[in-house]
Amino acid sequence: MAAPGAAGGGRSGVPAAEWGGFEDNMQGGGSAVIDMENMDDTSGSSFEDMGEMHQRMKEEEEEADGEAGAGEEEDGEFLGMKGLRGQLGRQVADQMWQVGKRQASRAFSLYANIDILRPYFDVEPVQVRARLLESMIPVKMINFPQKIAGELYGPLMLVFTLVAILLHGMKTSDTIIREGTLMGTAIGTCFGYWLGVSSFMYFLAYLCNAQITMVQMLSLLGYGLFGHCITLLVTYNIHFHSLFYIFWLVVGGLSTLRMVAVLVSRTVGHTQRLILCGTLAALHMLFLLYLHFAYHKVVEGILDTLEGPNMPPFQRVARDIPVVSNAVLNTTAKAIALTL
Amino acid sequence: MAAAEGSGAGETLFPGLADMSISQDIPVEGEITVPVGSNSPDEDYSTLDEPVKDTIMRDLKAVGKKFVHVMYPRKSSALLRDWDLWGPLVLCVALALMLQGGSADSKDDGGPQFAEVFVIIWFGAVVITLNSKLLGGTISFFQSLCVLGYCVMPLTVAMLVCRLVLLAGGGTVSFIIRLIVVGAMFAWSTLASTAFLADSQPPNRKALVVYPIFLFYFVISWMILTFTPQ
Repeated sequence: MAAPGAAGGGRSGVPAAEWGGFEDNMQGGGSAVIDMENMDDTSGSSFEDMGEMHQRMKEEEEEADGEAGAGEEEDGEFLGMKGLRGQLGRQVADQMWQVGKRQASRAFSLYANIDILRPYFDVEPVQVRARLLESMIPVKMINFPQKIAGELYGPLMLVFTLVAILLHGMKTSDTIIREGTLMGTAIGTCFGYWLGVSSFMYFLAYLCNAQITMVQMLSLLGYGLFGHCITLLVTYNIHFHSLFYIFWLVVGGLSTLRMVAVLVSRTVGHTQRLILCGTLAALHMLFLLYLHFAYHKVVEGILDTLEGPNMPPFQRVARDIPVVSNAVLNTTAKAIALTL
Repeated sequence: MAAAEGSGAGETLFPGLADMSISQDIPVEGEITVPVGSNSPDEDYSTLDEPVKDTIMRDLKAVGKKFVHVMYPRKSSALLRDWDLWGPLVLCVALALMLQGGSADSKDDGGPQFAEVFVIIWFGAVVITLNSKLLGGTISFFQSLCVLGYCVMPLTVAMLVCRLVLLAGGGTVSFIIRLIVVGAMFAWSTLASTAFLADSQPPNRKALVVYPIFLFYFVISWMILTFTPQ
């Protein structure tokens, strides 16, 4: 014990004082209990100092051609066991600094990694197909919680498909959008609905004490868009109002019933069930209605996204109104536009 | 110790700073020359000294070779190994320029069209790449972007043909011709990119990767087909 002590003292001036202090401590009490109050607080207590300490300690090691490294390791072990004033504090701060650095780099690589989303994309094609078909079939058993698959591949693909269908609808209806782009509007509408309504429903579910997580909510709502996709695909190409209303009720209704049934099975209490399911049903059906009518054939008028209230309201004319009233409406609109 | 001996050896490198204590006062000396005359000439050949024509021609040849690979999609790894984004950029700009100014009745609608096409192509390619990576693909980000960008080439050719056909006049016949041409080129694009990208996936999940590619090229084909000049 004395030999490493002497060697350590000769190598660098700093541990020498501590060695002396250690002997003083031993002579004083003769116990191995460390009196933490007497620790030297000024050495290496902050992380910035720790960095400098580190650098200086590294340089001291290099100067002494590696012997100091071995010696310091011995010192370190020895000190870790017994502890000295200042030396222990410095070692602890050093370790904390290293651990902190490691944790920070690990946290950064964790959140900046797309692997965090990987488990939600772990699906097989048959599973996706099965879930698509299931989203149109309402479940009967609402007494125990129904299973919701927490995957994001299917919903994401459905949202993109809806965007493509919407683009097709906008093009065939000759929608002209100033101060914006068709694609931007389509993407904004679909993603806004999916993410926004999911968040809102999740918030309501939290208020109503429903057993559902955010990913499950996103998944449920996303698969509910399958009905929307089918309806819009058919009715953007075959323009019959009655056909649209039938599709709206049947297809939209089925997917709404499925979502509602799943939510009901996961909520207790009549009022809560009513609030949750009423909101979801209303938003879902109204969205389909909006998608159809917003991009219907625009006969006269331009959809100005940033124009103020000075423009006359755009005229939306259904196909089955006779031509005469159509002409009357158009001339009226033109007259109003001219007067403004 | 070594350091003390070194500083006291009388080497007056910085005489004015002799009293400053620096931890390492080992003098720096040596030669800063790179050994010339390596044994593998084409590996260490400095491309800084060659004429500009050589540099440009080499890059153009690489881009041209990749175009040929897209035209005849065989399973070669040249497209994947040396990826570059020159080809996709040129194709994207050409397509966006040709799609500009269609179906608009005012002069300020020409702007969004260019940005729209640009954003669609790059945003779509990024989304497909992320999707294929999340599904467990072994291909890297830029390799995937490179393949998707190069496979837009058949659709650019289709756009060219459509514009020429529209010069002859609109009508049902021209629409049918355009439909056939765009449809064929869309199938070609999808098959070409699938040949490159689907190999990097586990075998039972190829359909999951192919669908977004199909959607992506479908949207571009739709924009080409519905293009009507003023």
